[in-house]
Parts: sequence; C-alpha cells; structure tokens
Amino acid sequence: MHIPDGFLDTATSVASWVVSAGGVAVAVRQVNKTLNERQVPLMGVSAAFIFAAQMMNFTIAGGTSGHLLGGALAAILLGPWAGTLVITCVLAVQALLFQDGGLLALGANILNMALVGVWSGWLVYAGLKRLLGEKSWAIFVRGFAAGWLSVVLAALLASVELGLSGASPWGVVLPAMGGVHALIGIGEGLITVAVLTFLRAVRPDLLTMHRLASEA
Amino acid sequence: MKNRWWLIGLLIALVVTLFSPLASPHPDGLERVAEDKGFLERAQDAPYELIPDYVFPGIANENVATIVAGLVGTLLTFGVGYGLAWALRRRVRAAG
Repeated sequence: MHIPDGFLDTATSVASWVVSAGGVAVAVRQVNKTLNERQVPLMGVSAAFIFAAQMMNFTIAGGTSGHLLGGALAAILLGPWAGTLVITCVLAVQALLFQDGGLLALGANILNMALVGVWSGWLVYAGLKRLLGEKSWAIFVRGFAAGWLSVVLAALLASVELGLSGASPWGVVLPAMGGVHALIGIGEGLITVAVLTFLRAVRPDLLTMHRLASEA
Repeated sequence: MKNRWWLIGLLIALVVTLFSPLASPHPDGLERVAEDKGFLERAQDAPYELIPDYVFPGIANENVATIVAGLVGTLLTFGVGYGLAWALRRRVRAAG
C-alpha cells in the first residue's frame, strides 16, 4: 500500500509527515535506551528480509496481488519501537532508491505502515498473551491475528488519508481498501506465522530477545 | 558459526530475492482500488529515477534485472537497518 505522490493533497502529506516524524523520533530515543548488542544484527536482518519479502507479491483475487507488510513481524521480533525503525528503513530505501511510494507521501506511508502497522500488530500480539498464553499454538494464533489486523488498520488509515485528500470518497475507498486488505491480511498472517514457526524451531531465543527491554 | 546466525538470515533474504521474477505481476491492493475507483491517474512520477519498478537499469534480461535490483535493495536495507541499530545501541556495560 505504498502511496505514490499525487494521491494525497499537500495538507494531508504535511500533517502525516509531522506525525510520523514525531513517532520515528520517539522510536529513535526509545531504541537508543534499550537496544542491546545482539539485537543490532537482528534489526539489519529483519529489515533485509522484510524488504526482500515485500518484492514477492502473491495473487489474492482476480487481477490483484498483495505482499507482506512485515510490521507485526518486526514488532514481535524486536519490540514495537525498533519495529517502527525497521519498517521505516525499508520504506525509505523503497522510496529513495526504487521510487516505490512517493517522497511527499513517505510521511503517510511511514505513519500507516511503520507506526500503525507495527503498533497495531504489537498490541494484538502482546494483548492476546494474557488470554492465550505462550504455547506454540498460542504464538501462532497471536501472530496471525497481529499480522492480519496490522494490514487492515494500515489500509484503513491510508483510506482516511485518501478521503481527506479528495482522491476518493470515504464511502467508496474505505470498504474497497478494507475488503481487499482483509484478504491480503490473511497472507500477512500466514507469512508471519511461517516465519515465527521457522524461528521457533531453529533459534527460539530470537523470539524473546527484546522481552526484558519492552516488558520492564 | 552460531555467532553469525544473522549472516544466514541475510542469505535467506537474498535467496528470497532470487525468486522475485516469479512474483505476481498484478497490481497491489492500493493500485487496484485506485484503478477501479478512478483515482489512479492522479499518481505523479517521481522527480528522478534510479531503479524504477525494481528493474535494475542497463540489464537486458528483465528477470535478471529484477533479481539484481532485489539483491542491491536487500543488501542496502540490511546495511541501513544494521547501521542505524549499531548507532543507537545501548553502550551501558552490565556490572560484573
């Protein structure tokens, strides 16, 4: 859901830049306080993997595709603040080097995917812990739900921005984006669970690295 | 080496990009909605072009060009993410 330039009006672009710049600044401060040495390469690898996975569009319905957003995954692996920075890195490289997503619109894309996408995934994953616990099946249910909701909420916020910009009326764009991303979210949930399954099998310690920092 | 687990992770990411020519060519959700609901033409071109559409310029075979674009992007993103994390890491040494 990388918004190109031209979809959003100036006011919406500027407002979303202000909010996302503030959010990323806070994330930088928080990460600076809590990131340990072992998490440094994990941030690099997570960003690299999410970039690569975002190139692998999968067909979801007639003539439409989706791809991983990765916000929930980044939050689960690194905690929400570092997760915000990971997705921001991916989006910045995509916009600056590959012209994927506009430059003016980058603020909105960061807000939608690196902030809302990451934090909604985190809140679902962490919030369901009390209810479902930490057994294998619970991790996967929580991961799927986190992935699914993160995509849907990011898409709905993008729709709000498009409506505010006059690109499309809310009554049209919200259900359209919500509907297609409810499908894409299933892919997100599945990929998130697949990665968590793999990591739990080979390096389960990676899944709990940030815990001391974020649950202190 | 166990210490270089992250290198394996990076290799996995690079291997994923080798499959990028197989990715679905259909427009993604936003682009499709923009097409269907009539606001796609509002999109403006970027003010410059480096590796547009994830096709590395100057390579005749489009599949190879896509893979090269993916490899470059994956490595660069790794560097940016790692570099940022390294710059921000806590430097407090645990006692004892």
